[in-house]
Amino acid sequence: MSIGHTLLGLLESGPRHGYDLKRAFDEKFGHDRPVHYGQIYSTMSRLLKNGLVEVDGVESGSGPERKRYAITKAGITDVGQWLAQPEKPDPYLQSTLYTKVVLALLTGRSAVELLDTQRSEHLRMMRILTDRKRQGDIADQLICDHALFHLEADLRWLELTAARLDRLAQEVSA
Amino acid sequence: MSTQDTTLTGSLLSAHELRKSFGPTPALDGASFSIRPGEVVAIMGPSGSGKSTLLHCLAGIVPPDSGTITYSGRHLTALSDAERSALRRNDFGFVFQFGQLVPELSCVENVALPLRLAGIKRKDAHRAAQKWLERLEVSDVGHKRPGEVSGGQGQRVAVARALVGSPRVVFADEPTGALDSYNGERVMQLLTDAARESQAAVVLVTHEARVAAYSDREIVVRDGQVRDAAVAV
Ligand SMILES: Nc1ncnc2c1ncn2[C@@H]1O[C@H](COP(=O)(O)OP(=O)(O)O)[C@@H](O)[C@H]1O
Ligand SMILES: [Mg+2]
Repeated sequence: MSIGHTLLGLLESGPRHGYDLKRAFDEKFGHDRPVHYGQIYSTMSRLLKNGLVEVDGVESGSGPERKRYAITKAGITDVGQWLAQPEKPDPYLQSTLYTKVVLALLTGRSAVELLDTQRSEHLRMMRILTDRKRQGDIADQLICDHALFHLEADLRWLELTAARLDRLAQEVSA
Repeated sequence: MSTQDTTLTGSLLSAHELRKSFGPTPALDGASFSIRPGEVVAIMGPSGSGKSTLLHCLAGIVPPDSGTITYSGRHLTALSDAERSALRRNDFGFVFQFGQLVPELSCVENVALPLRLAGIKRKDAHRAAQKWLERLEVSDVGHKRPGEVSGGQGQRVAVARALVGSPRVVFADEPTGALDSYNGERVMQLLTDAARESQAAVVLVTHEARVAAYSDREIVVRDGQVRDAAVAV
């Protein structure tokens, strides 16, 4: 999962301090593994350097958590591109997809479109594997089948998520 | 068999803005669709979204309340019932989830049936039917009744019957829905191989991604609407 894009997405609704970013991240995405402060600071300094965020104000005191960050125009474009780009259908990308869906809902982008784009990317990969299976020997068939069953599981999750978007949207905005 | 040219877009069968209601809620709510000769298109979507209704409209089995369906340059909705039946018999083949074979006939007689209805002599029809049974790896069930064969064998017989008349479009509604994954995949492989070889287009309704992966492309129906803007005609 791209922590940079996730933090940028969280900044889209308004400027936040470092500690506020950590709190929002943990609350929305950190269910089983909260993010470290160190990761936030290193990510923010990279985003600053790349012009995707800017410092909007500094509280008195010391330490990087006192800085207030705001997303730039380039940052908004970057989030939009990330959300529009389907993920390569690899196993274990559920947390990335979940993050993307939540951020799309948070930032008023179309989560349905995101899910549809990802579905067709998954099916594209499944077609390639199915084709390879048709032409291959038994070993190819078994290897492709394994990948196909995993992709199918992802697709079922995409379908179920699409069916529950209204509820997720309510919870996310609450 | 129809010999008319396809429309300018290159599509063999297309539907524009179909609406169909059975009660207060529409089963189809402005669905559009298009398939080219020889193309295999999967219609996906959740249960109750309108997939079967779309297939039935496209095949001329159920008339839409509104919208147009064009097959090979002709408006399906403007044809008489007799013309539509002839079209279904001559140009279309069908595979459903269950219950499509005539229980009183043997499997080879079932496969030969479309040819017999088209006026082909019994001996020739049976020879062609037996060839199709071989092709679908069920040459040994020809003499059995549908009730005496397994689900996987029955679906292969049904595929043979759908293809025996060299249709230009095969309509398949959840053809693997009652099969285990091995038999389901084998049936899909045989169906799509045979259809590709004979240049038949396939309209494949399925909610299973692994089945849809045998298609050239997919569309998704949700609440009676086709979601993919790119393929909406
Ligand atoms: N013959 C019928 N009579 C009444 N309602 C029907 C009939 N056929 C379909 N429907 C309704 O239309 C909707 C779409 O059904 P269908 O096309 O069978 O969906 P799917 O094939 O995607 O599961 C459903 O709500 C279903 O109950
Ligand atoms: Mg159905």
